[in-house]
Amino acid sequence: MITLNINGLNVSVEEGTTVLEAARFIGFPIPTLCHMDGLSPYGACRVCLVEIGKEPRTKLVSSCTYPAEEGLVVRTASSRVVRTRRMVIELLLASCPQSKVIQDLASSHGVNKQRFKQEHDDCILCGLCVRMCSEQMMAKAIGFSGRGNERALGTPFNVKSEACRQCGGCIYVCPACQLRCSYTEKDSPVCGGCQNLPPPCLEKEKFDDMMCFMSPCVACEIAPK
Amino acid sequence: MADLGKTTVHEREPVDPELIRDILAKHDGEQGGLIAILEDIQTEYGFLPEDALRTVAESMGRPLIDIYGVARFYHCFSLKPRGKHVISACLGTACHVRGAPAIVEELERQLKIRVDETTQDKEFTLKTVNCLGACALGPVAVVDGRTFSKLRRSKVKPLLEQAAAGNDGVEIGKDVRIFPVDVSCPRCNHSLMDDSFFIEGRPSIRVTVSFNHKHGWLRLASLYGRYNVYSEYEVPQSSVVEMFCPHCHTELTSSWQCPTCGAPMVQMIVRGGGVVRICSRRGCCGSRSHMLDLI
Ligand code: SF4
Ligand code: SF4
Ligand code: FES
Ligand code: FES
Repeated sequence: MITLNINGLNVSVEEGTTVLEAARFIGFPIPTLCHMDGLSPYGACRVCLVEIGKEPRTKLVSSCTYPAEEGLVVRTASSRVVRTRRMVIELLLASCPQSKVIQDLASSHGVNKQRFKQEHDDCILCGLCVRMCSEQMMAKAIGFSGRGNERALGTPFNVKSEACRQCGGCIYVCPACQLRCSYTEKDSPVCGGCQNLPPPCLEKEKFDDMMCFMSPCVACEIAPK
Repeated sequence: MADLGKTTVHEREPVDPELIRDILAKHDGEQGGLIAILEDIQTEYGFLPEDALRTVAESMGRPLIDIYGVARFYHCFSLKPRGKHVISACLGTACHVRGAPAIVEELERQLKIRVDETTQDKEFTLKTVNCLGACALGPVAVVDGRTFSKLRRSKVKPLLEQAAAGNDGVEIGKDVRIFPVDVSCPRCNHSLMDDSFFIEGRPSIRVTVSFNHKHGWLRLASLYGRYNVYSEYEVPQSSVVEMFCPHCHTELTSSWQCPTCGAPMVQMIVRGGGVVRICSRRGCCGSRSHMLDLI
């Protein structure tokens, strides 16, 4: 067993557990996008990032791929984490605003603007479909090809694949082609239709262990003004 | 983003499955042999035919998407048939500011193709690269392994003519692929040029060499692309020599290895910016193969 400290609480977990699993085990929610139980960790979206280490030398890592270590100090919702996570979500919004999964992430994290060049990509390269196809459907029909900004998802030679069984698993997991967000505001990249609560309290002290980790956040509402 | 359809339209060339199986058998059991296999197939056909990749996947028992992913990842692999001459025009930062986009445009105009396409007569394929390591000579283009430097729009036509004529039988002075360089020692910066000994009408490069406990001078032609050498003692073919600066006696050998034969390469500074590396093995053809920028 390994003991690590998450948001000030000591947790003991089996060796080989990821930080994400450990945090969820004791009830700290960490948002994820490219992670799915039953598929191997991939670390593509960076939504799940957490702050590890002791101040003043902390760093941000993706919790879905980071293995729990003895004595590791983890903060799942420090101001640095929340700030960076909102930036990650903003970048995701810039590439794929039609995804309901991403819009939901945006509204639950109080991301209500998007300052980058707006694109409407069909794919955010999260790799969920690739892992679904090879690890659960045992088909290995699709994958990534090319690199840099030419990296794209597809079948070999972009023709109908003989290996594909048309199971639909890839479409089922895809955050970009599942449910589409029906905008309330036509010209805004941020829908905000589902946003109901103010963002987490971010103006706390640096390295404050007990940052807000409630989801949805309620702390600021009950805090005395 | 995805170039859907782009890769599907190429014609299917006939592929001999036996040949592919021979190549596979040659690399049988090699760890990570896929790249070597794909390289061999590309040498055979000039590109990677779709059917060849299917045969590879089938025979290796690996999913086609893996093979396809590797083939699409490396720039050196092409899934489309390529022309006889491959032009790699540099669009790196240094070449870009020196006007490389205009050169690429001119190449496109004269060849009547776009980047990454092949002319109808299958003579030329135009590609762009990001820095060839010869920034001081920019804008640069490499055709069939030969470097064309300081390109201008007006030089594009002769470039194509020379490329079509091939690399053999070039004449110094008339051919831009052979140009003079002035070099100096990377340590003491003394010029290595020797005005008292001319090779091919140019001052030679003088260094001290040592091999088999003998020391003496060695003079090299100072023309990039020419491999003439004269030395005090006869250096046996294919032996590796150590070279020193005649002024500060620093060893000129660098940690680079010759891409052709693996011997250490000797490094000298080019006046005007850049480094030239030559192979320290006598008679190795890769003798003057790499120019690198320093500025
Ligand atoms: S539908 Fe085809 S590509 Fe998608 S998961 Fe199933 S087998 Fe794989
Ligand atoms: S198609 Fe969907 S699931 Fe697959 S990588 Fe792209 S966004 Fe992810
Ligand atoms: S969920 Fe961890 S990086 Fe995407
Ligand atoms: S930028 Fe063209 S050779 Fe370096």
